[in-house]
Amino acid sequence: MNIYVLLKKTFDTEEKIAVSGGKIEDDGAEFIINPYDEYAVEEAINQRDAHGGEVTVVTIGDEDSEKQLRTALAMGADKAVLINTEDDLEDGDQFTTAKILEAYFEDKEADLILAGNVAIDEASGQVGPRLAEYLGIPYVTTITDLKIDGENATIEKDVEGDVEIIETSLPLLVTCQQGLNEPRYPSLPGIMKAKKKPLEELEIDDLDLEEEDVEPKTKTIEIFLPPEKEAGKVLEGEVSDQVKELVSLLKNEKKVL
Amino acid sequence: MKVRKHLLKREKHNLKIDKGQGDVIMDFSFSEDIEFLRSNVRKFVKDEVEPRAMEIEENDHIPEDIVEKSKEMGLFSLSIPEEYGGLGLDMVGKCAIYEELGKTHNGYTTLIGAHTGIGTVGIVELGTEEQKQKYLPKMATGEWIGAFALTEPSAGSNAANLKTTAVKKGDKYILNGSKHYITNAVDGHVFTVMAVTDSSKGAKGITSFIVEKDFPGFVLGSVEQKMGLRGSHSAELFFEDMEVPAENVLGEEGRGYVNALKILANGRAGLAARNLGSSEKLLEHSLSYAKEREQFGNPILEVQAVQHMLADISMQIETLRALTYRVAWMSDQKMRVVKEAAIAKLFGSEVYNKVADLAVQIHGGIGYMKDYPIERYFRDARITKIYEGTSEIQRNIIAGELIRELKKKEG
Repeated sequence: MNIYVLLKKTFDTEEKIAVSGGKIEDDGAEFIINPYDEYAVEEAINQRDAHGGEVTVVTIGDEDSEKQLRTALAMGADKAVLINTEDDLEDGDQFTTAKILEAYFEDKEADLILAGNVAIDEASGQVGPRLAEYLGIPYVTTITDLKIDGENATIEKDVEGDVEIIETSLPLLVTCQQGLNEPRYPSLPGIMKAKKKPLEELEIDDLDLEEEDVEPKTKTIEIFLPPEKEAGKVLEGEVSDQVKELVSLLKNEKKVL
Repeated sequence: MKVRKHLLKREKHNLKIDKGQGDVIMDFSFSEDIEFLRSNVRKFVKDEVEPRAMEIEENDHIPEDIVEKSKEMGLFSLSIPEEYGGLGLDMVGKCAIYEELGKTHNGYTTLIGAHTGIGTVGIVELGTEEQKQKYLPKMATGEWIGAFALTEPSAGSNAANLKTTAVKKGDKYILNGSKHYITNAVDGHVFTVMAVTDSSKGAKGITSFIVEKDFPGFVLGSVEQKMGLRGSHSAELFFEDMEVPAENVLGEEGRGYVNALKILANGRAGLAARNLGSSEKLLEHSLSYAKEREQFGNPILEVQAVQHMLADISMQIETLRALTYRVAWMSDQKMRVVKEAAIAKLFGSEVYNKVADLAVQIHGGIGYMKDYPIERYFRDARITKIYEGTSEIQRNIIAGELIRELKKKEG
């Protein structure tokens, strides 16, 4: 089986994030594999181990994305592809990413493509479905179980706390939800072995794309951090006075009544 | 199609370091590989071990799933060459990982440290091809835990004063005697044991053996109750007419004392690295506590006396870091490191104890309480001045080397 994983490098939201000039500051930010993509890598490895084949991890990014690819290789993926857009593209959005991936997959015979449900940075959840549309293959989002039998796939899909069971066929694109599996840690021997695994680097002209072909369709106007959570207010005094004060606060200060 | 190789990138990276200053005279940076390995160990320790440190302490037991995951991570294979299923790391790489392992419960660190250090190094350095084939692959996966059995009731710092005897009988040696304070004795499967084969020759009459816990006559004694390092179990061993096949002699007969010293010497940089990690963890705790804790209306981080304690901790840590990795680097260059490794072991344990003391002081009352980890580090620090060669023995080694160097100079 030819298995592909779409992987995105994101900043670690457990670390401090600073915004300046409408951009998230790269300096000092820690970068990780998007946690939902880790489920995709783990699932890809498990499916390969069960059915044979090869796992290729694909990312669009810059030189530093190599670290996340090496992590996926250390977990057990077989090959990695870095589509480096650092020198060619100023901006990009979900359209850009999906277009580049479409071009990449043009000459590939993918049986299964796995992606994260969303990336924790912008959380659009669009790239997977868009790519499936371009490639003309079925897709299922937010999956929590995947069973493959020959050409058929049985999928459990998380639908806001309930489970939907879907039967479909390969080739297929799925996006992975928490609960699908428990991603492994890259083992130290795995890390040493990963050094010898192939890591291919491409630029968009290798995919016969021009900058204009992938120009973003959206524009980011502003990026800002959520307001800091303020301490709660404790009302004191007689209960009847407290109620009056509460109603007044809700009406006049918070304007929710 | 452009396919760039990792190598190209590394060269580019190195050029950046050069910055037109010509040749690099000294380079204190780790290779990308080492950075990558250690960042993964750091994450593993932070996410899997550290949240359960209190549990290890309370139950005096390291949960099986943590041990299992650590084995899957490959942490038990640090010292073992690649051809026997290990990582084949050099000393700098090993120290970087020990430093990360030092940042959590020291009982856990000791289980892995004693196995990958004194528990396996003897077979790696002195074993025959057959011995390596038989033992190392299973020790690399952690299926067989290694331990080192030198100390006896009458032989601590005076390691040559062993009473355990080994008498050759046909193709076997018959061992009688006892050992105590043996780290990893309870979980251990493979023991490097020192015993007297010729009592007329003193230190030159000692031989080392590879002993398996299943050998007839091997008896595990009682588990010792310690001040700290909970979760790591030390015990007595009794050998009652224990039969050891002659092919399990490790190194040459009569070289057991020298072997023991070699094995201990090999582990010293690693011990320093573990103490470095623990000291760094204490600084992290102390800084965050000082920032939160308010007295007289302000965080105590603003109090100069506290700042000075933090500065002293930092100074100790950075000095230890420089020393530890220099010794590790020297060792990788195959330079003689007898003196430097002894200095690192000694200084590392002193730093850890000083830092632990200052960390308790910064934390005040809560630093003395069991529901906070500081007192645990304070207790665990104490053994580092004693095990694998006391501070006094390290000073003997250092002075011995100084005298040796002086004599060499004077001819």
